[in-house]
Amino acid sequence: MKTETQTIFEKSRPGKKAYSLPECDVPKTPLSELIPGNFLRDTPPELPEVSEVDAVRHFTELSKWNYGVDSGFYPLGSCTMKYNPKINEEIVRMKGFTQIHPYQSGESVQGCLEVLYKTGEMLAEITGMDKFSLQPAAGAHGELCGLMIMKAWHESRNDTVRKKIIIPDSAHGTNPASAAVAGFDVVEVKSDENGWIDLNSLRETMSSEIAGLMLTNPNTLGLFDGNILEIADIVHEKGGLLYYDGANMNAIMGITRPGDMGFDIVHLNLHKTFSTPHGGGGPGSGPVGVVEKLVPFLPKPVIEYSGKSYYLDYERPLSIGRVKSFYGNFAVVLKAYAYILSMGPEGLRQASETAVLNANYILKKLKNDYLLPYDRVCMHEVVFSAMKQKEYGVTATDIAKRLLDFGYHPPTVYFPLIVKEALMIEPTETESKETLDQFISAMKQIAKEAENDPECLKSAPHNTVVSRLDEARAARKPVLNEMSGTNN
Amino acid sequence: MSKYIPNTDEQKRDMLSEIGVADINDLFCDIPEEIRVKGPLNLPKSLSDIELTKHMQMLSDKNSDTDHYTCFIGAGAYDHYIPAIIDHLISRQEFYTAYTPYQPEISQGTLQAIFEYQSMICLLTGMDVSNASLYDGASAVAEAVLLACRATGRTHVLAAKTLHPESREVLRTYTKFSGITVDEYGFLNGIADLSDLEARLSPDTAAVVIQNPNFFGIIEDLKEIAELAHKNKSLLIASCDPISLALLKPPGELGADIVVGEGQSLGNPLSFGGPYLGFFAASKQLMRKIPGRVVGETVDLSGKRGFVLTLQTREQHIRREKATSNICTNHSLNALAATIYLTAMGKNGLREVAELCAQKAHYAYSRLIETNKFSQVFSAPFFKEFAVKYRGDVHELTARLLEQKILAGYILEHDYTDMDNVLLVAVTEKRTKHEIDTLVERAVCV
Amino acid sequence: MKEFEIKKYSKEHEWIGVEGNKAYIGITEYAGNSLGEIVYVELPELGSELNAGDVLGVVESVKAASDVYSPISGKVVEINEELSENPEKINEDPENCWIAVLEISDPAQIDELMDEKEYKKYSTEEE
Repeated sequence: MKTETQTIFEKSRPGKKAYSLPECDVPKTPLSELIPGNFLRDTPPELPEVSEVDAVRHFTELSKWNYGVDSGFYPLGSCTMKYNPKINEEIVRMKGFTQIHPYQSGESVQGCLEVLYKTGEMLAEITGMDKFSLQPAAGAHGELCGLMIMKAWHESRNDTVRKKIIIPDSAHGTNPASAAVAGFDVVEVKSDENGWIDLNSLRETMSSEIAGLMLTNPNTLGLFDGNILEIADIVHEKGGLLYYDGANMNAIMGITRPGDMGFDIVHLNLHKTFSTPHGGGGPGSGPVGVVEKLVPFLPKPVIEYSGKSYYLDYERPLSIGRVKSFYGNFAVVLKAYAYILSMGPEGLRQASETAVLNANYILKKLKNDYLLPYDRVCMHEVVFSAMKQKEYGVTATDIAKRLLDFGYHPPTVYFPLIVKEALMIEPTETESKETLDQFISAMKQIAKEAENDPECLKSAPHNTVVSRLDEARAARKPVLNEMSGTNN
Repeated sequence: MSKYIPNTDEQKRDMLSEIGVADINDLFCDIPEEIRVKGPLNLPKSLSDIELTKHMQMLSDKNSDTDHYTCFIGAGAYDHYIPAIIDHLISRQEFYTAYTPYQPEISQGTLQAIFEYQSMICLLTGMDVSNASLYDGASAVAEAVLLACRATGRTHVLAAKTLHPESREVLRTYTKFSGITVDEYGFLNGIADLSDLEARLSPDTAAVVIQNPNFFGIIEDLKEIAELAHKNKSLLIASCDPISLALLKPPGELGADIVVGEGQSLGNPLSFGGPYLGFFAASKQLMRKIPGRVVGETVDLSGKRGFVLTLQTREQHIRREKATSNICTNHSLNALAATIYLTAMGKNGLREVAELCAQKAHYAYSRLIETNKFSQVFSAPFFKEFAVKYRGDVHELTARLLEQKILAGYILEHDYTDMDNVLLVAVTEKRTKHEIDTLVERAVCV
Repeated sequence: MKEFEIKKYSKEHEWIGVEGNKAYIGITEYAGNSLGEIVYVELPELGSELNAGDVLGVVESVKAASDVYSPISGKVVEINEELSENPEKINEDPENCWIAVLEISDPAQIDELMDEKEYKKYSTEEE
């Protein structure tokens, strides 16, 4: 095991190089004649100087301290860490996709435009929406974009008093944050004892000041809200719109569609449901789909098909405008497109069915070991609570850290906020029964350890490259780059 | 059955009976019957690997790629050299299939790489702190403006007309719904018109936004703009080309409070516009207000150095509606590519790249002007991109050059209606003298 | 350790210590415990005028941020600069670590707050 960590700066030695550039083949002019001296920097930025082998070894070493989906089981609730097909990585590296400038003329990028157009069409079919924009770069970006569309629609009808948005107490943190950036005030509604939205509370809250409701269904407890049609009626009757947070779309592909549930706006996370890799935090892609009446408000440009060729339509007077440069994270969309084509309609349905089956299997197998606050059939994820273990002084964090020793990525902890000491497990469909059984036995062993050897959990992890890190120290006196580093 | 679903039918039956239900449909009992999808979705039937590859190759072949076409288009996305090690390293599954580093004990690779990235961005920009990256250059401008408004408690912003048109569009969208007014100041001879800027400053101006080199490729005088902004107690936001920062004075030294930019040039392919990365750096005073993720150094229980996501209380998962921004993701893999790029190029290589761009761009500019078919538009100094006016129909010109496998440039009339027949030409270190000479020859031979 | 003429408590878990026309404001032990290790304190601006219920500052731990509300109206006349450098002082002894001092504009507002006994009862019920 590696004991010393060095940054690339610490490995730098003057005179080493890892690049190869051509000689200047045009007549050279002294730099100061091209650019006035007062604009030029006195010394070059002190970037590291290393050889190519040094660079390769350094980043290879760093990679070994990471844990990816290919390393093992990653049951991180709400994040849908499914396997990322390798063929998509090959496809995305085809020169006709990587080497295309976004400002090339339309005739020279017909293949790219076709990918975007057809992905939009397929996502519309999967969700029951009428049209998609692929511009948003991430889920939260899609939320912001969708909420702006909601606001623009109300304003286009001279309905300017709708300044509030309803969000359930179980929602993702991005929901209220996005609503605030879009200029809405947030009103919370409570969940009932089933984990569904409390209909009475919704009825009382819904008024002509409410722009709409943001909802994840299945919700963050992994439960499908069976009252969805009534919820939609309550919101629509008072002139509001329904926004679907697609974070949990992996539970329902080919089984039910947000459009049929009554939703007006949907965002999807291609990096969750549609298998594009997370990249250690991004890039993702958060397309937004809408029903017919909201199509004019989508960000521009919109990709259209004339019957002969694909083109970018900028003539959209009601559009909220751009939310991102160019046309979105094209290379991410490309992988999702390839994924949908390789799965086909039956494959997508089987993916959701299996994701739900795997989650229920874990629910059943662990419900005697961990507290199950909502004891009913779940969808693609199951939320336990570590309150039983808390009696021995063991927290959800301790359980998560102990799982690292067993070679697993832990579940999401402390979310949703309405479950104390939450452990949110999302196995996804790409995990086999064998993997689930091994994980289940690790979880059972940890439950026993909590009772018999709580110290072992509280000091976990024991087998990782670093042990628990002092987060308070990091936040109190932040050292955020090499230059302010401690050089220890 | 898809190869991405490993369970056999028998295993599925076993699991169902373990759960205690007869049929998979019983697990969907909460979904009302009337909203169940009847029959298969209307999607193309599934393709095997061979069929899929052929189909995708066919689509790829419909595009004109920059290996077969000579690219002189820039305007915010550039055809720079990408060292081979980048793709090899970012393709390691431990990087690309990992989630956000919320479990630091098994994410030291991503975390340390981001720490190194933050350090490099600070070195380039001359700023105190950098975040872990944002979606792209345009959204970074918008986030910078939101930060400036929060920090100053003001609601008016002045953006240069020489700022990338798409950045201005994104800025307009972001601010439209949050009560911030964006006003634009003009330009003279291709550079920001300081008297127009000064006239438009108001006591409510939170920030002045400038791009350097600007959209026309011209180098702006950041110092003077910073002085004007600071006199008014407004912040200066500079959006910069990171390659140019190898040569140009760091904006932090010239008075910028927030420095952002499009980081695509740092080792990321053009990919028809994305994914790229937006870099975002700020002065120390703004540290606890910056949007996005930030990595910091700390120690573990045994005193060993390690890295964690820090200052998390700014973020949406804690502050919810009070968060400093709704941004949740960063473009980690693109930032990793940028980190490896800056490592590979290093102190001297990046400077060489920047010098080659400047030399070649100036050569191309003189050659085009010499032909008399193109005339000067602005006389101010530029870096790697310049505007020239074609004595003829520029649309006809670019269409003709496309047939000859040359992507000639960006037509400025799209965004500046009075600049008819003006072409914006970018020349990177990848362009050879021969390619430039060919552009010139083909451009004049009608 | 400071002895105040009057010490009162708010429902938002702030304490307020009165000394003449000045009020020292901090967070209670209960609030300190529930936040955990404090890593940053955002102080109000000197001279700012606050109404009762306005945000006086923010106290942050690693995984939580909590607004500190001013229980009374008044002008900020002193801030505890030491907390910018050493926020952990609050954890050491919250009831004796003030965040800011206000010039009291309406003494009647103080009467409406809870005394120690009432607050103890209130905070036990909160748990």
